[in-house]
Amino acid sequence: MPGAIHAEGLVKTFGDVRALDGVDLDVPEGTVLGLLGPNGAGKTTTVRVLTTLLQPDSGKAVVAGIDVLKHPNEVRRSIGLSGQFAAVDEYLTGRENLQMVGRLYQMNAKAAKKRADELLERFNLADAADRTAKTYSGGMRRRLDLAAALVVSPPVMFMDEPTTGLDPRNRQALWGIIQELVAGGTTLLLTTQYLEEADHLAHDICVVDHGRVIARGTSDQLKAQTGGERVEVVVHDHEMIAPARDVLGRYGLSGIGHGEVTVEEHTRKLTVPVTGGAKLLAEVIRDLDARGVEIDDIGLRRPTLDDVFISLTGHAAERAEDENGEAPTDAKDRRKSRKEAAK
Amino acid sequence: MTAVTDAVTTTGPRGGISQSVTDSLVVAKRNLIRMSRIPEMVIFGLIQPIMFVVLFSYVFGGSMNIGGTTSPSVYREFLMAGIFAQTVTFATAGAGAGIADDMHKGLIDRFRALPMARGAVLTGRTLADLVQTALTVVVLAIVALLVGWRVHNGIPKALAAFALLLLLGYAFSWIGALIGLSVRTPEAATSGGLIWLFPVTFISNAFVDSSKMTPWLRHIAEWNPFSATVQACRELFGNPGVSPSDAWPMQHPVWASIIWSVLIILVFRTLAVRKYRSATA
Ligand SMILES: Nc1ncnc2c1ncn2[C@@H]1O[C@H](COP(=O)(O)OP(=O)(O)OP(=O)(O)O)[C@@H](O)[C@H]1O
Ligand SMILES: [Mg+2]
Repeated sequence: MPGAIHAEGLVKTFGDVRALDGVDLDVPEGTVLGLLGPNGAGKTTTVRVLTTLLQPDSGKAVVAGIDVLKHPNEVRRSIGLSGQFAAVDEYLTGRENLQMVGRLYQMNAKAAKKRADELLERFNLADAADRTAKTYSGGMRRRLDLAAALVVSPPVMFMDEPTTGLDPRNRQALWGIIQELVAGGTTLLLTTQYLEEADHLAHDICVVDHGRVIARGTSDQLKAQTGGERVEVVVHDHEMIAPARDVLGRYGLSGIGHGEVTVEEHTRKLTVPVTGGAKLLAEVIRDLDARGVEIDDIGLRRPTLDDVFISLTGHAAERAEDENGEAPTDAKDRRKSRKEAAK
Repeated sequence: MTAVTDAVTTTGPRGGISQSVTDSLVVAKRNLIRMSRIPEMVIFGLIQPIMFVVLFSYVFGGSMNIGGTTSPSVYREFLMAGIFAQTVTFATAGAGAGIADDMHKGLIDRFRALPMARGAVLTGRTLADLVQTALTVVVLAIVALLVGWRVHNGIPKALAAFALLLLLGYAFSWIGALIGLSVRTPEAATSGGLIWLFPVTFISNAFVDSSKMTPWLRHIAEWNPFSATVQACRELFGNPGVSPSDAWPMQHPVWASIIWSVLIILVFRTLAVRKYRSATA
């Protein structure tokens, strides 16, 4: 059975730009899909197609069991949307904005008012409820926009970079609200540039680039694909980078593209992929000590989603360049030479 | 704490006319609140026609021959129908600018993702503009009375004339709406919404006696929808300078005015609503 959000082969071109180049998605009911990708990857375009705002050139989309292309108005009854840029009426107060949206979802005036009050309270906007949105800060507008998307607590929600511009406290609060929604059975498609957020909220993650899904899976699956643990060392001064490099080189995993020591000159940080965990870490420390390398910091690090993101989208970008014949050397050589240059 | 997930009772899908009306009124209310919070827009809208009354009647007043006389007071009476009609049409540039602004700010996207009646966003806007136009016309009528304009055929006919004017204004605001949806910025919508109004209002019987124009211009002027309303108003107000032309719209100006306005609404509403569904900023 297809999920609450289901897309197959979505294609959308704007002139020469292929914004979507065959996007497939499936989000099971009651789960959160994190849509990741670099700027211009096609995240917003995907959201706009799924929320009936944009007609795709080809492909199929079903939301809440309803065909998006055939019955857009029925789909609109079942979705809530918070777009990438806050869409609130600046000359209306926060309360008036929410009441209007409620009325347009066919609530009666009284219900719309009650709902607006609840949401204002919930989004920390009660104090500013009767001020025009023009006087709101960026984060307040963002929250008002999110509140507008939740007016009818629809079964399927779309949020395009919902926490961009929110302070840490309000971001946490929104995460709480999202988790509450999902616990209540809502299906959510979320785009974000904060990978920590995807890690925290999303059941599944899709990485898109150049209008195509280039990886999908749970965050653990994606991390496992990218590689295992690493030892990270920060040495005390620049003189010690060379000996530390020697030592770490011995511990690195062999194999193509692995085992090399990465050096970040300005932070005096060296990183090497390893296996062996904490036991190995103790050995490394002893060895470094024996060589007289003074260290400021050392640790075992697991890949983050940031690493996943950079390795995936980095490859994709390089491959695209290769195809265009702009990059004569192969991707790995280039990465190596970048590291040489960093020495 | 459960506010967000609380079940919400809506009256369910209503659809049809009743939803169209409610949605349009909700949007109209929103636009009226906006207008009340940007009073300078309304005030500029009032100053412009008042300036036209003063400038036209005192600068041109003595040199225009209307019905065989160049008396400034006769020209003032002649002029008012033209100024009224011009005022209701100029107010339509506002509709276009407002819609372009909504699109620019992403509000049209917000509306388009809601289960609203199809034309409600545009209908709401044009209705709000109609209210503003009516307000402007009332103020203008008071100023006109102060400079010596009078109605001579009784109040009911005068009210009928005002109804025709508002109908024309409403029709033109749909042209403004289409322009607003077609351009990329509110600024472009304002200028784009105004430029075409100059030929439309000047190649007409509004400010001069059209029967003295060169023949080809005269034909355009006489069949201009704008002229029909001006002619109808002069007749209904009992003001001087009713064109004696044989052209059908000049002979039956009230009917011509109604037909033109309804036709414009039908055509441009259809085009604008279609454009709305696919428009992107
Ligand atoms: N209306 C439009 N007209 C022309 N090109 C567009 C339009 N909308 C999007 N694009 C192009 O489509 C591509 C995908 O854009 P999209 O907004 O979906 O990216 P995104 O993944 O949301 O990026 P970001 O992280 O910056 O928000 C981009 O190259 C963009 O320039
Ligand atoms: Mg985007």
